Amino acid sequence: MTSLKKAMLLFTVLFIITGLVYPMTVTLIAGFLFPNQAHGSLIVDNENRVIGSALIGQNFTAPQYFQSRPSASGYNATSSGGSNLGPTNPILLELVDKRTNALWKAGITDPIPSDLVMASSSGLDPHISLESALIQVPVVAKARNLPEEKLKALVLTESVKSPFTGAYVNVLSLNRALDEMNQSNE
Amino acid sequence: MMITQSVTMDGLMLILFLVIVTGVALPLSNFFFRVFSGDMSRGILSHIEKTIYRLIETDSDREEGWRGYAQDMLIFNCIGFVILFILLLLQGFLPFNPQNFGAFDLLTAINTATSFVTNTNWQVYSGETAASYLTQMAGFTVQNFLSSATGICIAIAVMRGITRQSTDKIGNFWVDMTRCTLYILLPIAFVFALILASQGVIQNLDPYVQATGHGLHEQQTIAMGPVASQEAVKELGTNGGGFFNANSAHPFENPTSLTNLIEVFLILLIPVTLPFVFGRMTGRMWQGWMIYTVMLILFLGGVCTLYAAELAGNPLVKELGVSGISMEGKEVRFGLWESSLFATSTTATSCGAVNSMHDSLTPLGGLVPLFMMLLGEVAFGGVGSGFYTMIGFVVLSVFIAGLMIGRTPEYLGKKIEILEMRAAVITVLVPGVLVLLFSGIALVLPNVSELMKNPGPHGLSELIYAFASMSQNNGSAFAGFDASNAFYTLIGALAMAIGRFVPAVAMLAMAGSLAQKKKVPPSSGTLPTASITFSIWTILVILIIGALTFFPLFAMGPIVEHLIMTGGV
Repeated sequence: MTSLKKAMLLFTVLFIITGLVYPMTVTLIAGFLFPNQAHGSLIVDNENRVIGSALIGQNFTAPQYFQSRPSASGYNATSSGGSNLGPTNPILLELVDKRTNALWKAGITDPIPSDLVMASSSGLDPHISLESALIQVPVVAKARNLPEEKLKALVLTESVKSPFTGAYVNVLSLNRALDEMNQSNE
Repeated sequence: MMITQSVTMDGLMLILFLVIVTGVALPLSNFFFRVFSGDMSRGILSHIEKTIYRLIETDSDREEGWRGYAQDMLIFNCIGFVILFILLLLQGFLPFNPQNFGAFDLLTAINTATSFVTNTNWQVYSGETAASYLTQMAGFTVQNFLSSATGICIAIAVMRGITRQSTDKIGNFWVDMTRCTLYILLPIAFVFALILASQGVIQNLDPYVQATGHGLHEQQTIAMGPVASQEAVKELGTNGGGFFNANSAHPFENPTSLTNLIEVFLILLIPVTLPFVFGRMTGRMWQGWMIYTVMLILFLGGVCTLYAAELAGNPLVKELGVSGISMEGKEVRFGLWESSLFATSTTATSCGAVNSMHDSLTPLGGLVPLFMMLLGEVAFGGVGSGFYTMIGFVVLSVFIAGLMIGRTPEYLGKKIEILEMRAAVITVLVPGVLVLLFSGIALVLPNVSELMKNPGPHGLSELIYAFASMSQNNGSAFAGFDASNAFYTLIGALAMAIGRFVPAVAMLAMAGSLAQKKKVPPSSGTLPTASITFSIWTILVILIIGALTFFPLFAMGPIVEHLIMTGGV
C-alpha cells in the first residue's frame, strides 16, 4: 500500500472519530447532563419568551437601569470583539473622555472606574465591577425614586466574589432584580 | 475593583497554579512514554487502534527512517489541507448550517486551511458570521486534533533520535499519529469538554437564538454552536482558533474565572509534559528538568513583565479622571491577573487563543506576547513544536559553548556535527527570517498605514505582530491590523506553511542523523547539560537570538510608544 493511500485511509478514520463522533457525543452528553448550560444559559420569562442569556451582556443606557460597559460591537451577539484601539490612540482617549463626561453629567462622582468607560474584549461582557455598580446607585435611585440604601443592598446581594479578581456584578441580573423589586413595591 | 488587587496574592496564585500544572504533567509524562512505546494498548481504544492498523496494512512494530517519517507526515498534512479547503468551499451545500453561511472565498479558504493545518489558527474570517457548525466540527476541530498530534509525533521522533543509537529508525508515523490521537488527545479533550460545558460553555446545534432583551426591549440575536468540544481541544492542542470572533474572551467560550484557569491549564499541560517525557526517554530525568527550568524562567519573566506593565496602567487615561488599570479589551470576570496569565501562556506556547485584546494592552504589556512569540515559542512552546525548537536551541548552545571552551560539542553522548548544526540553525532562524523579510516587504508597499488601525509606532507593532504570529504558527493578533487583502492572505499562508514544515523536517533530519551515531561515554571533557550553568547559558542564547534579531523593531514599535505614553520624550 502506498503512503498516499495509507494517509487517506488513516485521515478518513480519524476525521470520523474527531470531527463527527467526538463533537456529537459531547453534544448528546452535555445536552443530557447540563441542558441549561449547553443551550446558552438562556433566561426565559413567564410567557416563554427568551429575554437573553445569563452569560451575554446587554446594552443598558436608560437612567433607571445600571449601565453596562461600553461595547465595540454594541452588544451584538453575532459579532463579538473588542475595539482594538491602542493605548495611545487619540480616538481611544477621545472616547474615554466623552464617556467619562457623560457619566459625570448624569450625576456620578469622580473618579470613574475604568471598566465603565473602556470597551470589553468580547463586546458582550455581562459584568461590571462592584465599584462601577455602587457609584451608579445615586443616579438609579433618583430615576426610580427609591432609597439609596435599598439599592446599595441589592447591588451587594447581586455581587459575585472571585478569588482572582475583585467583586463584580452581572448587569442583566441586577437590572432584572431591580425591576422585580419595583414591581413588588407597587 | 482593581484597587483591591493584591500583588502578593496574585504572585502566590501564580506559583500555586504552576505547581498544579507541573504536578499533573509529571505523571502524565509517564503516560505519554508508555503510549508511544505501545504499552497502553488495551480496552475499546486498542480495538480501534488495531482495526486502523489492519485497514492501512501497517505493522505497529515496523519503523521508518527520518525521510520516510517526514514524507508520511507531509502527505498526511497535505490531505488535511485539501479536505479542509474543500469543506470551506462547499459549506453552503452541506448540513449543520442553520444560518445558511455560503462558501469561503478562495483566498480566505487557502489562508484558513493552511492556518489550521499548521496549528496556527490565524483567522481572517469571523467564526459566528462565516463558519457553519459542520465546518467548525469536521473542519476546524479535526485539524485541532491532527495538527497538534503531528507536532507531538515529531517531538517524540526527535526524542527517539537523541536517545537511540546505531539505527536509522525513528518511528512509524501512522502508529504515532493513531496512538497520540486515540490515547492522549481524545480522552483529555472529551473529559474537559464536558467540564467546560458544565460551567456554561455552550454545546448545541441550535439555530441562533432571538432574544427580546430585558427592559427597553433591545432585540438581541445570540450565536450558538458546538463550542465546548472545540474549546477543549483548541487549548489542549495549543491551536487557538476561536469558535467566535472574540475567541476565549467570549462568554460562551470562557464564561467564568474558573473556566479561564482550566483553559490556561489545558494550554500549558502538554508543553510542560514533553520535557519530562524526554527525561524519561533518556533515562535521566534531570535532562528533562533542565529544559523545563529554562522554559519556566522565560515564562515567568514574560508573565511578570506583562502583569507589571498592566498594573502600572495607562497614564493618558488616568489623566481623564479614570481609575484602575486599562480595561480596554479586557473582561471584568478575568481582571488583571487572569488576563496577564492567559496572554503570556497563549504566546509562550503556540496557542494564540486570547481572552483580552492584545492590541489594546499597554505598550510594554503588548511587547510581552510579541517577544514570547519571537523567541521561538519555546517557553513552554506549542505542543511538540515548542519542544523540538527548544532542542534546536539546546544544540546551538552546546555548540557555541563547545567552541568557547574548546571541547567537542556533544549532547547526551551524541556528537554535534555539521548536519545537526544546519538543522538547528534552520529551526531557530527560519521563522525569524520570515518575520523580518515579510515585514520589510510589507513596509515598502504603498498604503500599508491604511491597514493599521492605530497610528504611530503602534501601527508598526501591529504589522510585526501579524508576521510574528503567522511565521511562528501562533495565530493571535494585534487584531486592529487588517490582514484580509490578497497580499496578506497569500503571503500569510506562505509564512505559516514555511514556519511550520521547514523546522519540522529539519528537526526530523537531525533526529535521523543522531539516531545513527554511537553514544560516547561521558568523560572529563564532556560539557554537563543538566547543570545550572548550562541552563543559564541556554537562556542567554535564546534571549540573545530573540532580542538581537528583533531589537530595532521593538525599539521603533512598543518601546517608542511606551515613551510617548509615559511622557518620556
